[in-house]
Amino acid sequence: MDERGWTDVEERIEAALRNRSPALRRQLCLLIQVLDWMPLLRYGRRFSALGAEARAAVLRRLQRSPALVLRRGFWGLRTLVLLGYYGRPEARRAIGYRADPGGWEARRRTTAGEGKGDEA
Amino acid sequence: MIERSYDVVIVGSGAGGGTAAVGLVPLVEQGHRVLVLEQGPRLADEEFTGEELEMAEALYADAGGFLTADGTMTLAFGQVYGGSTAVYTGTSLIAGPHVIEAWDIPGLTHTDVTERSRQYMDQNNVHLLEPELINENNSLFQKGCEAAGYEAHQFPINVKGCLGSSLCNLGCPNGAKQGTDRVQLPAAELCGVEVVTRAEVLRLEERAAMVRVSEKPPSEKGAPSEWEPGEYRVSARMVVLAGGAVGSPALLLRSGFGEHLPRLGERFTCHPALILVAEHPRPITNDVGHPKSFFVDRADEEGYVLETCMYFPFVTAKSLVGFGEEHSRFMAAFPRLQMILVLACDRATPGNRVTIDGAGRPVVHYRFTDEVVRALALGTRASARIFFAAGALRVHAPLASPTTLGAGEADRIDERVRPEHFTPGTVSVSAAHLMGGCAMGRSERDSVTDGWGRVHGIPWLRVADSSLFPDSLHINPYLTIMALADRTAEAIRLDAGELLAAGAEAGGGETEVAGGGPAATA
Repeated sequence: MDERGWTDVEERIEAALRNRSPALRRQLCLLIQVLDWMPLLRYGRRFSALGAEARAAVLRRLQRSPALVLRRGFWGLRTLVLLGYYGRPEARRAIGYRADPGGWEARRRTTAGEGKGDEA
Repeated sequence: MIERSYDVVIVGSGAGGGTAAVGLVPLVEQGHRVLVLEQGPRLADEEFTGEELEMAEALYADAGGFLTADGTMTLAFGQVYGGSTAVYTGTSLIAGPHVIEAWDIPGLTHTDVTERSRQYMDQNNVHLLEPELINENNSLFQKGCEAAGYEAHQFPINVKGCLGSSLCNLGCPNGAKQGTDRVQLPAAELCGVEVVTRAEVLRLEERAAMVRVSEKPPSEKGAPSEWEPGEYRVSARMVVLAGGAVGSPALLLRSGFGEHLPRLGERFTCHPALILVAEHPRPITNDVGHPKSFFVDRADEEGYVLETCMYFPFVTAKSLVGFGEEHSRFMAAFPRLQMILVLACDRATPGNRVTIDGAGRPVVHYRFTDEVVRALALGTRASARIFFAAGALRVHAPLASPTTLGAGEADRIDERVRPEHFTPGTVSVSAAHLMGGCAMGRSERDSVTDGWGRVHGIPWLRVADSSLFPDSLHINPYLTIMALADRTAEAIRLDAGELLAAGAEAGGGETEVAGGGPAATA
């Protein structure tokens, strides 16, 4: 994903958080801080300074944490990232999602355009 | 503070509120004034675009992301003209006799619920979808059930002119789904019932609702409110609560009724659900066509119901456990995905209830009981068998570790899918059948209302929504909500002479009234 894509992801997350309670936004900020400093003991570096593999390992531990507060915090962060990523039309197109308000008729047109015949 | 006065105020416009509105038209014809207050907006037809995030923001409370108190379950409920009927799939089932009999509510019989449900099935064009309009996501479920030994039934649905957009849960972009937003509310408005949107009821006082009407933010969908933005005191000789299983008990609690009604907020159930996903070797028609045509009912035997379903990219991504390569592989297979919803038939359980926080906002406390977790595991096993019998290559099973089951493991499903793999906060659980909180019963010792939605000891206050359910329904609830709201409306019509006349003698409910609360009226 290019720079513009990441900006789009961030903007969608910010938009989603705009109408949420200040308390939730505060919790989120705190969690991101905790996540960033958590790897310091094990890796000697903050999360933001780790490579992709080490980051994934930290996130997996967070996901499986015995503490519900950390698991649900991770789940919330993951949800926001997925919202930002799959909320983009480019991502929906890339995975082949094709729902259209025009339903069957629209699908027939699209499929005929692709020369694949009628699926319905 | 702006003063307004009505004979009956209905709070909420969903399956319950819309039904109550049309049920009170005879009062309007007698010269009484009936008002519906809806917290959400009224959207124009062209605003239903099917875009996942923008429609979720416009139609659902908290954009569909309302969480239980411990953050382990998402509750989806509509906050728009028509309430959750704007965002359901329109599946229309009549409650089973054993469920209504088990509720054991004086005066409430299965025959009565059935007759009233049928009336709304007729009104809302409920029928079985024509076979040629059923997509492969659904037909594969039926095929898998046959091969794996499960009995699949077809859902009757309430659509008229369905184009098969698959976007029901984002509000039908073609106006085909016959919810209260399309049928009951417009009919009631045509007969003189007033509906005011963007109107949040902050609290109730003695025969009055304190209401905040919000301005339409420039960037949001929907029309401005029918009333000028501001704070209103709406006096009413009767108030009917139809704000749903979260909204109605929360409104009563923040209005101070909890002391008089010790069972307020209790008996909350919601059919906790898992969205399961399987990958087929070839593309199937899944994101075109009505999403929900079949179900398997194993409620009595194993505590779950399976339904076909099809969700959108973000919700699908959220439902898959984990992240990284395996997660992306399933998402990249979207055109080949089949989906099944596993619903646990939960039971009213002490501690699972609606309360409010310091600011009066609803808080839903929900603990997954062992029975619910077992039902989710059994439902996942059954779904995996159905997926593989239908030809799936692999299944994402949140209650397996690791979560991906390959077709080669089809004979090890029971071993791989286990209740102990359920980790709250890791597995995405959601619920859209929210029930209870103002349960029907015999007296304030065991419930909030009687079998006709009359709040115990408060004759001017009624309930007409899913909060009336004393326990879960085991099926999609909207027809039963309409049946119960129809009973509430009938009781109001019966009681109206005395109550509305009594209000008139007291000054028509238009004079300034202080505090009051339940004690003054009990």
